[in-house]
Amino acid sequence: MEFLSNYIYYIGAFGLIFIGLFIILVKHNLIKVIIGIGILDTGVNLFLIAVGYISKGTAPIFSKAGLDANNMVDPVPQALVLTSIVIGVAILALALSLAIRLYKHYGTLDLRKIKEQRW
Amino acid sequence: MIIIISLLVIIMLTAAVSAIFFKDLLNAVIAACMVSLIASVLFYLLQAPDVAMAEASIGAALVAAIFIIAISKTKRHEE
Amino acid sequence: MKKIISLILLFIICLGIVFCLQDIPFGAAKTKVGHYYIDNGREETGATNIVTSVVLNYRGFDTLGEVTILFLAAIGLGAVLATLKKKGKRQIEPASLILKTGCRFLFPLILLFGAYIFIHGHLTPGGGFQGGAIIASAFLLVYLGCRERKINEVANKITESIAGLVFIVMGLIGLTVGGHYFLSNFMPKGEINTLFSSGIIPIIYIAIGFKVGSELTGIIDNLMEKS
Repeated sequence: MEFLSNYIYYIGAFGLIFIGLFIILVKHNLIKVIIGIGILDTGVNLFLIAVGYISKGTAPIFSKAGLDANNMVDPVPQALVLTSIVIGVAILALALSLAIRLYKHYGTLDLRKIKEQRW
Repeated sequence: MIIIISLLVIIMLTAAVSAIFFKDLLNAVIAACMVSLIASVLFYLLQAPDVAMAEASIGAALVAAIFIIAISKTKRHEE
Repeated sequence: MKKIISLILLFIICLGIVFCLQDIPFGAAKTKVGHYYIDNGREETGATNIVTSVVLNYRGFDTLGEVTILFLAAIGLGAVLATLKKKGKRQIEPASLILKTGCRFLFPLILLFGAYIFIHGHLTPGGGFQGGAIIASAFLLVYLGCRERKINEVANKITESIAGLVFIVMGLIGLTVGGHYFLSNFMPKGEINTLFSSGIIPIIYIAIGFKVGSELTGIIDNLMEKS
């Protein structure tokens, strides 16, 4: 039980990172590869937030009186992840537009068939 | 508490694994958005409400929308 | 064969990461810089939400770079899809009555909620990025419910440009008038924990909210109409 409470967030985050990398390495469909990039992004964000947590901490917001400043979680990883999520959706949209363009040109989304035409 | 968190992580990893095996791309997109939704609950439990709001509104709504638009422009099934 | 090779590769990476993670225990004390921000953030910036003060005051220049990346991605998407040949006009099936009525009822409420989120960004959880995403999802609802309507592209671009200009001009005023660095807080900080407090932070978050909202709406519009 102690092992679980220490490492469960790390297990989740690295599980997502490995599944994303596996999809990128193995799959041939272009949209499946982009889904893999999205899962990898979520895993990295979860890992950064989990590193900044301190046990039994509170959120770094002074919303009411009597909150202890020594007991708050680290705000720097949260600020980084906040911008990283918005960049992630823009990158996914750009990649999807390139996939649509490739499909209109070659008529397929399979990476092996596109590679044979030596573009 | 730790049992609930473990269950959430197990459901999240199961959804991510099932995104590998679905041949229908629409199902894979729904599974990936389920990963984002459960990740936003985990962000809230890790005391990061700002990040949880961003992940829930972007990862679970807008990403699903742009993927579904792109699939409707291309092919639905992976051969 | 390829699957087995990639699994072995991932296993090796996994071992390396497990060895590295032994130095970062879960739930340990935070870094020094985070400690400084929490101890002095309220007095120096006037915002009660420390994440907001880090995003917009201590690391405001990073946020400018992030907004620039978002802008470049939207421009690139438009450029990639612009020269695509369209096969005739897309035929539009009208939406059902329930979807149309629900869309008309919910659209102003969602806009109001998004505006609430990014105006109160320095007091409660939330801010420009989250509020912008909520506003973009309201326009997505219009695309689903009232399909014959179209977004005025010129007004969208003008909103985006003005919001970006407000960000840069506030930063430049801070550089010349207030301190000696970009985005220094030159306006009075006011009383902590009220709506009109913490100087330039609410103004910049409102600008970011409009910019993110119009950019994500433009991305959805380009993907939907131009391909």
